[in-house]
Amino acid sequence: MQNNQIFINIVRFSVLMLLQVIVLNHINFTGYVNPYAYLIFILLFPFDASKTLLIFLSFLLGLSIDIFSDSGGVHAAACVLVGFLRPMLLKFSFGVSYQYNAVKLNKVTFKERLLYITLMVFIHHFVLFSLEIFSPSHIVLILTSTLFSGIFSVLLILCILLLFKTKES
Amino acid sequence: MQQIIYFFIKNKNFLLFALLFLVSFILTLQSHSYHNSKLISSTNFFSGKIYNVTSNITEYFDLKQQNKILLEQNSMLLKFQANSNNPILQKALDSTLSKNFKFTGARVINNVYSKTNNHITIDKGHNDSLEIDMGVITSKGLVGIVNKTSGKYARIQSVLNTKSQINAQLKKSKHFGFLTWNTQNPQVVQLTEIPKLAPIAIGDTIITGGNSSIFPKGVLVGSVANYTLQNNDSYTVDVRLFNDMTNLSHVYVIKNKNKQEIIQLQLSDDAE
Repeated sequence: MQNNQIFINIVRFSVLMLLQVIVLNHINFTGYVNPYAYLIFILLFPFDASKTLLIFLSFLLGLSIDIFSDSGGVHAAACVLVGFLRPMLLKFSFGVSYQYNAVKLNKVTFKERLLYITLMVFIHHFVLFSLEIFSPSHIVLILTSTLFSGIFSVLLILCILLLFKTKES
Repeated sequence: MQQIIYFFIKNKNFLLFALLFLVSFILTLQSHSYHNSKLISSTNFFSGKIYNVTSNITEYFDLKQQNKILLEQNSMLLKFQANSNNPILQKALDSTLSKNFKFTGARVINNVYSKTNNHITIDKGHNDSLEIDMGVITSKGLVGIVNKTSGKYARIQSVLNTKSQINAQLKKSKHFGFLTWNTQNPQVVQLTEIPKLAPIAIGDTIITGGNSSIFPKGVLVGSVANYTLQNNDSYTVDVRLFNDMTNLSHVYVIKNKNKQEIIQLQLSDDAE
């Protein structure tokens, strides 16, 4: 990673974390639906950078969200999992080529981008809500929360990526 | 030996993932089983400070509403004061909300009500002599119980928490039960284990019982919205809270001065 990229990622980390805990955790659309847009950090983390570093930073990001929302370690667990699974999901969505010719998220087709974001968001949300609610008898609540928050998050993430598209490239 | 090291290097990503996932899982388990999780909470210096700054800004948005609530409370207190020459009322006041309880005002700096286990953070901590297991109310009614304190901040386990079990009773008949929450609606909590014999009707008032040393008897909770008979022996009652839990700004923390004495008495009873 170059200096420039390190700086961008540090800023992204702090801004997304503060945005999440100050604004997005308090939206409560129809009572309980909140988007989790801080995933953008994990989604956009340079594809060619160290995987170990990504896992560690995902944990740190999740843990800081947990500290603010009094939720034990649920965000940390979900983030570590998607951080770990990201290389496989990248391969699945963009094909093997992503490792060699530095695929950029805003250059791939919309279908591939949507697939990648949706998979990441839904895996993250499912783990998040399973651990947060933590009771098999509330499986319906887990699934509905995952579905509605997931849709909300995907839409918000797409919008944010669209807004900052020119700056990224 | 070389092989072991090679194995570690080869699988370092997976091992790091497994380790960190385990750590977060343990933190999650701890927060689900132990009622005041030690490490991860919003009462620490850093997050407390940030919540304090943001609430300093956002509290201007509903100043009007909060002013109205304080005004209502003031007029109620003035009414009490005007009537307090009446000796019967004076006696009643003394026996219920008497000198045994001390009230501390605090400001809500973070309020969550969309999860299954909700917490509220306030800007007073053990520097203001707040302790774990103190009750928290507003002028309208019940809010929750303090379950973690730091120097300047405290965390409240709100009634909207599946782990809350607060003693409450019917105002007219003294039949008591426990307040729980089924996570469906932040305006409605459930009162369980009300005996079948209790004369209950929609619209009845629910107040806290005097059985716990946390709340004084008679703090308003809510009104009966609906009730169903469970297993033919007890009612589960839907209670519509008087408090709007989604809009809290100022709360009062109750300190029971005789708490130590009560607990000691109860413990000595157990020992025999």
